[in-house]
Amino acid sequence: MPYWVWIIIVAVVILIFWIIGVFNSLVGLRNQVKNAWAQIDVQLKRRYDLIPNLVETVKGYAKHERETFEMVTKARNLAQQASNAGAAERGKLEGELGMALGRLLAVAEAYPELKANQNFLALQEELTSTENKISFSRQYYNDSVLTYNNKIQMVPSNIIAGMFNFKLGEFFEVNVEAERQAPKVSFP
Amino acid sequence: MWEQIRSNQVRSVILIALIAGLLLALGYFLGVYFFDSPTGGLVVALVLWAIMSLVAYFQGDSILLGMAKARKIGPNDAPRLYNVVEEMKIASGLPKMPDVYIIDDPALNAFATGRDPTKASVAITSGLLQQLNRDELQGVIAHEMAHIKNRDVLLMSICSVMLGTIVILSWYASRFLLFGAMSGGGRRSSSRDSGGGAAQVIILVVGLVLMILAPILAQLIYYAISRKREYLADASAALYTRYPEGLASALEKIGASTHQLKSANQATAPMYTVNPLNKEGKKLDDLTSTHPPISERIRILRSMAGGAAFTDYDAAYRKIHKGGGVISKAAAGAVGAVGIRQASPSIPGEMAVAQKAARNREVSDMMLRMNQYRIVDCECGAKWKIPPGFKDDSIQCTRCGRTIKL
Repeated sequence: MPYWVWIIIVAVVILIFWIIGVFNSLVGLRNQVKNAWAQIDVQLKRRYDLIPNLVETVKGYAKHERETFEMVTKARNLAQQASNAGAAERGKLEGELGMALGRLLAVAEAYPELKANQNFLALQEELTSTENKISFSRQYYNDSVLTYNNKIQMVPSNIIAGMFNFKLGEFFEVNVEAERQAPKVSFP
Repeated sequence: MWEQIRSNQVRSVILIALIAGLLLALGYFLGVYFFDSPTGGLVVALVLWAIMSLVAYFQGDSILLGMAKARKIGPNDAPRLYNVVEEMKIASGLPKMPDVYIIDDPALNAFATGRDPTKASVAITSGLLQQLNRDELQGVIAHEMAHIKNRDVLLMSICSVMLGTIVILSWYASRFLLFGAMSGGGRRSSSRDSGGGAAQVIILVVGLVLMILAPILAQLIYYAISRKREYLADASAALYTRYPEGLASALEKIGASTHQLKSANQATAPMYTVNPLNKEGKKLDDLTSTHPPISERIRILRSMAGGAAFTDYDAAYRKIHKGGGVISKAAAGAVGAVGIRQASPSIPGEMAVAQKAARNREVSDMMLRMNQYRIVDCECGAKWKIPPGFKDDSIQCTRCGRTIKL
């Protein structure tokens, strides 16, 4: 065989290996995004579980704040019902829930006996940590989406992404206005 | 972006290769000197190195934790610490929750160990847990997570094993030499008889010099790698927490403390957040220190004006050093702007004091529980801490006079 046939064969083999490499890294990144999304989900569920407990505990000391309790419970139920929705829709509802929770904790501030309650303190620590975990898992998710989207859109990996129909990931942004007022509960 | 951190390891790999080169050269000359053949020396060096590596790989973390007298804790022993570790595990994208250990020591320090990210541990002294607020604790734990995530633990173990091998080889070789010289010649006289003349003498001299210099050189390289990795871990901590001030203010507290960690030694020093042995602040110490000076690390973290990304850390580093950066371009350029988050709301003075008292009580109660003390509540609200050897079946509360059955 003439030498140019060999050159073509070698070039084709290299090309195939390159395509496999890019494809695999795209799949890896997509799985990372999925995994990061599952992490957020775990933390959001944890927050849904904590809220009824918290409301019950606060109720024991602050009976006259029914309006706040109802608001928190409603926001929680709405957010929970939307747990299969896309990132944008969920972000909005979670933002509202965060705001309602902020109001509840502000109410708690006015009751010194409540603040001395061991059960309440433990719940508060859990809630603080869950809020942090939500924001850290969101941070990690968004970073993963950014890397994944970059790979999909940048030359030359965009060709492979187009061939195998990789779809852009969706960022998870919590409603910014609500976020600003969200509780930053701080406890030792 | 998380994977790109690895590209920074190129420099570290070159430095490791240097240590390995030293080890091989030492083995070569030992062979020439003691066995009349370079291969014999190389084999001895490599076998010793292999044995030490295997021990370090499989037992390294338990040896380290054992030497530090660290004890494992669960989520209920110290909820705040456990939660912060979990938060940082999520932020760093570590695949598995590391084991959490506590060291009963008033000194302020922490370290990470474990050969890979799925089998890792972080340990923190009870003193540090008492002193730090949540943001600061986050910074310190993030720094340790970065060591795990960047594979620094593995890297530093490889280095320290090679360093250890070099030290042991040189030590024994020099003792043999002394002994040989006193008893009038020994092996090498025979080799000299067989000729070679000047070339032989040169090899002997080079070997001797190497025996003296190799441990020192290897140590210096080791320190250089360690310092580089500290900067990288600081940069990663800022990125994970999005809050450089947390680590900066924790470092400040650690720097101001005068306690020395009882259970640290030369070999384990690079694993800690700050060097547990040296007193900080001496510029002269730069070459022979496992960690950069604390004051400098704080200054870099506090000059991160633009954001919390690697590029911002690198810019801050350049500003202070007026020279090359510390993070390679490939790693730094991976991500766009990363904002710094707001501080957790500051707490008014008296609340902060109450918080500190609560923290102290939390930590001391935990240490008592871990030492098998029993904690009994009296109806009057007092808490009684019963030591493990207590035999009687009841005590009298000195506050209200009630008798408490145990």
